[in-house]
Amino acid sequence: MAAVLQVRELTKAFGGVHAVNGVSFEVREGEILGLIGPNGSGKSTLFNCILGQLAPSSGEVRVDGRAITGMRPCDLNRLGIGRTFQLLQVFPQLTVRENLVLAGQEHQGSMWTRLLGPRDAGVGAAADRMIEFFRLAALADERAGSLSYGQQKLLDVAMAFMAGPRLVLLDEPAGGVNLTMLAGLRERLRAINESERATFVVIEHNMEFVMSLCTRILVLAEGRIIAEGTPQAIRNDPRVIEAYLGN
Amino acid sequence: MNGKRGLSLIFLFSIGVLVAAPFGLKPYGIYLLSLWAVMTIAAIGLNLTLGYAGQISLAQAAFVGIGAYTGALLTTNGWPLGAAFALAIVLCFAVGWLLGYPALRVAHHYLAFVTLSFATLVYLVLRNEEWLTKGVYGITGIPRPTLLGWSTQGPVDFYFFCLGVLALTSLAAWWLLRSPWGRAFTALRENPVRALSLGVDTRRYTLMAFAIGSALGGVAGVLYAPLVQFIEPNAFALNLSFNLLLMVIVGGAGRFFGPFLGAAVSVLLPEWLRFSEGLYLILYATFVMVLLAFFPSGLLGLAERAQRAWLRSSKSAS
Repeated sequence: MAAVLQVRELTKAFGGVHAVNGVSFEVREGEILGLIGPNGSGKSTLFNCILGQLAPSSGEVRVDGRAITGMRPCDLNRLGIGRTFQLLQVFPQLTVRENLVLAGQEHQGSMWTRLLGPRDAGVGAAADRMIEFFRLAALADERAGSLSYGQQKLLDVAMAFMAGPRLVLLDEPAGGVNLTMLAGLRERLRAINESERATFVVIEHNMEFVMSLCTRILVLAEGRIIAEGTPQAIRNDPRVIEAYLGN
Repeated sequence: MNGKRGLSLIFLFSIGVLVAAPFGLKPYGIYLLSLWAVMTIAAIGLNLTLGYAGQISLAQAAFVGIGAYTGALLTTNGWPLGAAFALAIVLCFAVGWLLGYPALRVAHHYLAFVTLSFATLVYLVLRNEEWLTKGVYGITGIPRPTLLGWSTQGPVDFYFFCLGVLALTSLAAWWLLRSPWGRAFTALRENPVRALSLGVDTRRYTLMAFAIGSALGGVAGVLYAPLVQFIEPNAFALNLSFNLLLMVIVGGAGRFFGPFLGAAVSVLLPEWLRFSEGLYLILYATFVMVLLAFFPSGLLGLAERAQRAWLRSSKSAS
């Protein structure tokens, strides 16, 4: 199976601190890769370097074989790479539907066709499908800011999928979401993974969520990958236990 | 009565008042209404940059100035006003685009200072480059246009001309803000980092927000020149920039009708307070401070709160 995402020797240094230190890995098409590690191990920094939010100090990132290092986040999103952030990031003043339409509107045509062309261009229908899929129909016309935290989190994830994405990087999608909603989220992610062959990389502290969702897991500690394997293998790996609990 | 119908009624009533008003007013009153229309156009531009796209600008007066001088210089040399509009829009759009570049690097009060410096620079150019602008002597005898045989020489005619330009500008702004661009501008204001990750080219939209807002400042300027028929640099000093900022914020930043209300407060209220003679500026300042202390979302924010409270009380009564 072809590698969708290839990361080679990626390093990000802040002054003398190497937040990410020579990380290399590949993600195959249709895979759900978990990325775990103690706080401060460099997971979010790694995401930001892959996605152009931060410029890596050295190393290379490829998506479908194409070098994307140094590209801007908006251009990456247009290539079908979606993401969510660790902290909730929706547009509180826009309605749920407007949030989703915004998340999908920039992928076709140019700035000018968006202004002068047909107003909707199919984005509204795509947003409605996403609303249906994430069971947000009752809230579609509510301002995003008035939703509960868990509902906003669902919306946040749904927005990342509006790019019709090939690859989605999710930073702690389960954080602060209650158990019922969590089961729903996991089921939705699996469904998109199967129907669209979308590839995911998921940062998560909720071990049960990661272990039940992901097919493979990478463990990061102090900016390096210290272990890699199936959920079962990772669960019993002494290096992982040591990284989390200390010795 | 539901909310939507109430709003359409208020809207139609306001248009009726605007059309009927000049027939009951003295020339000075008509002048003030025309000035309101002109300032509303400039404030609509600033509301787009500041209220929707979230980029603070203290340079709007500079663009009104560029527009006014473009209009005055062209029309006193025999060019039609239409040509002045076209040139001022292109010029202010281009200069506004360039002024947007600092906004890509700095934000909030830093951006305020950058735009403030630019406004000062334009003021100095208007005052010192006498070969072009006649400096502090200003430009006199700015003609009012004749459109298809309709002379706008009289105050009422010129008022309707201003009102027409305001109507066209409002329609264009409404159309723009309802387009995907309007949504992208709002996203830029609320969360630029998230917008960028969703494919919104925040650089382009920031520059565009500055350019379009500035171009509308230019339109207001072109209209201002034949309204007062005499312009000089002090009219476009920082005072006007602050005034325009006040209009946007008092009316309700990021709300479509905010600039209309804000400009009314800024242009008309001081006149209505003239009965208090020496006290009028103090009363005016107090009003603005109280409003912003208790209702930071401006007059329209206050109206929205009142409407919600009214709907709640009528619901619980039934």
